[in-house]
Amino acid sequence: MQVSILGTRVLRTEDPRFLTSGGIYTEDLVDDRLAGACHVFFVRSPVAHARIRSVDVSAALAAPGVVAAYTGQDLADLPVIKPPMAGLLNQQMEQRLLATDVVRYVGEAVAIVVTEHPYQGEDAVELVEVDYDLLPAVVGLEAAAADEVLLFEEAGTNVAAVFGDRAALKADLFEGCDAVVSRTVVNQRVAPAPMESRAAAAVWGEDGRLTAWIPNQGAQGTRGALARLLGVDKAQVRIITPDVGGAFGAKFGADPEHGVVAWVARQLGRPARWAETRYENLIAMTHGRAQQQAITIGGSRDGTVLAYRLEILQDAGAYPRLGGILPSLTILMTTGPYSFPRAEAVARTVVTTTTPLGAYRGAGRPEATAALERAMDMFAAEIGMDPAEVRRKNLLPPFSEPHQTPFGALYDSGDYVTALDKALEAAGYDELRREQARRRDTGDAIQLGIGLASYVEITGGGDESGPPQENATVEVHPDGTATILTGTSPHGQGHATAWAMLASDELGIPVERITLKWGDTDLIPEGGGTGGSRSLQQGGAAVQQASKELIEVARRRAAEELEASPADLVFDAARSAFAVAGDPDASVPLAQLALGEPLLVRTIFSAPGATYPFGTHVAVVDVDTETGKAVLRRVVTVDDAGVVLNPLLAEGQRHGGIAQGAAQALLEEFVYDADGNPLTTSFADYPFLSATEVPSFELADMATATSYNPLGAKGIGEAGTIGATPAVQNAVVDALAHLGVRHIDMPTSPQRVWQALQAAGLAGTGSEGA
Amino acid sequence: MIPAPFDYIAAQSADHALGLLATHGDDAKLLAGGHSLLPMMKLRLATPAVLIDIGGLGELAGISADGGDLVIGAATRHAELAASELVRADAPLLSHAAAQVGDPQIRHRGTIGGSLAHADPAADLPMALVALGGSVELRGPGGTRRVSADDFFAGFFETALEPAELLTAVRVPRQPGAGWGYEKFTRRANDWAIVGVAAVGGRIALANMGPRPLRATAAEQALAGGASPAEAAQHAAEGTAPGEDMHADRAYRQHLARVLTRRALERQLAG
Amino acid sequence: MRVELTVNGRARADEVEDRLLLIHYLREVCGLRAANVGCDTTSCGACTVLLDGQSVKSCTVLTAQAAGREVTTAEALASDAGLHPVQAAFQQEHGLQCGFCTPGMVMAAVGLLAENPHPTEAEVREGLEGNLCRCTGYHNIVRAVLTAAAAGPGGPASRGAGHDEHEVSA
Repeated sequence: MQVSILGTRVLRTEDPRFLTSGGIYTEDLVDDRLAGACHVFFVRSPVAHARIRSVDVSAALAAPGVVAAYTGQDLADLPVIKPPMAGLLNQQMEQRLLATDVVRYVGEAVAIVVTEHPYQGEDAVELVEVDYDLLPAVVGLEAAAADEVLLFEEAGTNVAAVFGDRAALKADLFEGCDAVVSRTVVNQRVAPAPMESRAAAAVWGEDGRLTAWIPNQGAQGTRGALARLLGVDKAQVRIITPDVGGAFGAKFGADPEHGVVAWVARQLGRPARWAETRYENLIAMTHGRAQQQAITIGGSRDGTVLAYRLEILQDAGAYPRLGGILPSLTILMTTGPYSFPRAEAVARTVVTTTTPLGAYRGAGRPEATAALERAMDMFAAEIGMDPAEVRRKNLLPPFSEPHQTPFGALYDSGDYVTALDKALEAAGYDELRREQARRRDTGDAIQLGIGLASYVEITGGGDESGPPQENATVEVHPDGTATILTGTSPHGQGHATAWAMLASDELGIPVERITLKWGDTDLIPEGGGTGGSRSLQQGGAAVQQASKELIEVARRRAAEELEASPADLVFDAARSAFAVAGDPDASVPLAQLALGEPLLVRTIFSAPGATYPFGTHVAVVDVDTETGKAVLRRVVTVDDAGVVLNPLLAEGQRHGGIAQGAAQALLEEFVYDADGNPLTTSFADYPFLSATEVPSFELADMATATSYNPLGAKGIGEAGTIGATPAVQNAVVDALAHLGVRHIDMPTSPQRVWQALQAAGLAGTGSEGA
Repeated sequence: MIPAPFDYIAAQSADHALGLLATHGDDAKLLAGGHSLLPMMKLRLATPAVLIDIGGLGELAGISADGGDLVIGAATRHAELAASELVRADAPLLSHAAAQVGDPQIRHRGTIGGSLAHADPAADLPMALVALGGSVELRGPGGTRRVSADDFFAGFFETALEPAELLTAVRVPRQPGAGWGYEKFTRRANDWAIVGVAAVGGRIALANMGPRPLRATAAEQALAGGASPAEAAQHAAEGTAPGEDMHADRAYRQHLARVLTRRALERQLAG
Repeated sequence: MRVELTVNGRARADEVEDRLLLIHYLREVCGLRAANVGCDTTSCGACTVLLDGQSVKSCTVLTAQAAGREVTTAEALASDAGLHPVQAAFQQEHGLQCGFCTPGMVMAAVGLLAENPHPTEAEVREGLEGNLCRCTGYHNIVRAVLTAAAAGPGGPASRGAGHDEHEVSA
């Protein structure tokens, strides 16, 4: 009897390669098809908003190794880039592959230089002269919404999208509340900053087809996007996905730069390559978050929340992209795990002369939880109740039949109270509160802060193309190995191991003998990619389904082989063979059934809908009240994403998510000055978390299955980020709550903490000791 | 990002390096560890046409005792300085400061001479040298001269080094057993100091409170007059007009200077 | 200019631009592409290799500065016996996800353990402050280094494929 490997800590089969010769990322590619490649370098606007008066590439053209130089005029025939989601985003806010008339953010590409060797390109771009007529920058969201300076004359407004009807907000929403708290908070702009910056390599074949290697989160989506940028049919485009060094939502589809590189390859009739610098990555890869939120929460003194309102102002950056519609996901998750009698949410998206906004780990849902969890703590402080008790009082009771929220989300399964209890117990909550009380009594310079966040989030929903689904092809080879083709697109999540586990469990073939392929659109023309925490619950489920279906196909062949009826055959996964029931010697190995005719199945798994993982995070911080510095001491989490396939991989996702979430609360912010100049343009200035800023994390287990797929699995990839950010922010505020501090915007930098203490009336001269 | 083109010359000796400096003038820069200069060159904030590599010169290496001073070769790496038993015994503030610079990889390459010549007001070693009352030995076409730390740092990334001069060694007074305090306030462990304070032997130096490392003279005077650490620290920011940036405005910087000075003095007192 | 140095145990002599950074020499001239460029400001450590046994950020070292020296990259760690103990520990503890920071992280860890064979968790975190990772949150990386430290040099071989290169002891 074979014990299933599902649910066990299988080490990654990917690792030896990554550890020895290293991953092969786009910049590492050595391929005959790219022999003789030229290198593309972008000239980018140093100003936030200006009319382009002239672009002079003549000096660059004369520089060593320069093959060509192009301006926006040279690419004027290419299609205009319109915002995605035409029904939602203002379609008059157009962009070009290279700016022609107007630049709208620092970093927008204006011209390109193409060289034989990369080192020459960095020299040559400095020689391109661009004359700009400055226009006023538009950086603040309120200023943008006021429409005084327009980014797009034709659009007549800076408002790119509206969600919900502000006129329908009820004036009496908070009637009957003993206590009402209102505040405008900021969910600040951050940079996804994967360790691998963007890159591309492109070559056109004699057959007129483009082959492009691009780090991405879904080759099929990237193919379509790239084809649109170039104005060609997607059948003419093949995307191959090398190893991808992280993405976090910012490598979906295709960016203008990818289109430009492909165009250069066609224009010059030779392969073209591009790899951006970290500076370019920080200012020209899409940013995340950037919501201003007006929150109001009201309820009774006994802790019952009666009403909650969320008004969102979303920054789209200069050109509306995916980030512009994320408020719709925020609104969907307005009430989170709570049952509020009354709740309202509306949003507007405005353009500003800054880097465009895209998806970033959580994509709209962290914003909802951050607002809600701040509101819960502010309400708790207002009525003088413990934040855990206020949450407990308002959480939805456990349910196993799907639960519909007033905002239209259909939660599949949930037990939020148990998640809260487990997290509090694992954290030793009562002892933490006692320690906090001790330090408050003695007036310790280092105060203890305890922050909570209870969350539910949406994973694995469908997209514009249809309901949630994914395809998988499983093939068993005569030599006893197997190959899986998946429509997902791993970039660190470990699908090669996880999907192999699923197939191995069904087929009885060892994990090491199963190969996963993905990301080549000629091989796998359909697929939803990896994002929104969809992969296991759709892609993994498809692999399991395909494996099961393959066994049934093989059964019929085995029946012929063994001259028995299919119903009399048993598949023994331990031997990876069919045998006649009761006669184990009358058997045939699965691999043998692949002789002659290929033994493969392609299937599509369809899910009934999105799933809703949930949890509670507890963060513990020490705040130095003399300097304002907050140090993260502990993060204790419950992240319930249903049945866990591989605890090793699931924990890794939680760790990474928690770190990014904590980083947003404590450190990270992409900053612009009033003129639209970015100030955090390197890893020296952009406070990317290092190992010294976070502790080891404490993960508690909880698994509430979903009925939406046979794996019982929901998505785990983004949950850690969603819970950690508000838990850590709440902890910092909590440390100072007894001194009258009610809120500190993220990141809770030392200066902000100190200023909050000053404002709350603690006049520290710095020389008062403990 | 990569540097603009330049010619690389490996100096055969300190005199050879001096000769090259004299020949190339403003076109040339000295390269030791390269971890102050190369980052600037990669961002094209510095574009010397000639790089003179002195990093491998034995005559610029080594740590020794010379009477009442420690003598540290300019090309001594931070890691070596941090690990030196001699420095830990006689000037532990200096070895501690060296251990704070950047991260382990940077400390394997960066040199004390390079760091001092770079003169970043937020850096560890300039502040430490000022606190210790050390000095630097500069060799030029006219000979060798010694400049005190107080006089060496002239302004923002500016020192008393003449264009054709080479920093050959650093001297710090030997003070075995002397108490010291060192406070470096950062957001992330390997950042430059938002504010730094070093205190030893009645001297208090501040990092990132101005265009060069400053002495907190009012606080020093109070201390000399018998004030407690807390009382003396009240004066730490007097006479300073620190710059403002993303991390700190003027008021907050001055507040930090007072807090960190008190803590450094308390640490010093505790021995 | 002409540079002579030893890379992964092999003596090399190459004609290079004076300004060629060591990271690009290793990647483009030697074909050793495990180490990566992750930033512009000597911040991220993805380019970390060993120079005469000490961890350095090869993006901030000129190839010229490595003349006459020994460079060791991640490709040289494994041997016929299997993965190096640090590599094995990274696999064991799931200390890598996308893998981009990994070769640099592993070399930094090897360098760290050479100088401090029995670090505490705090010393591991400080020792890796020059290596940035976006995927793992550092939790498992720290576990991996502590595991490797406990195993000691020449610890248990792994289950992974080895490389035909010289072994470097931890």
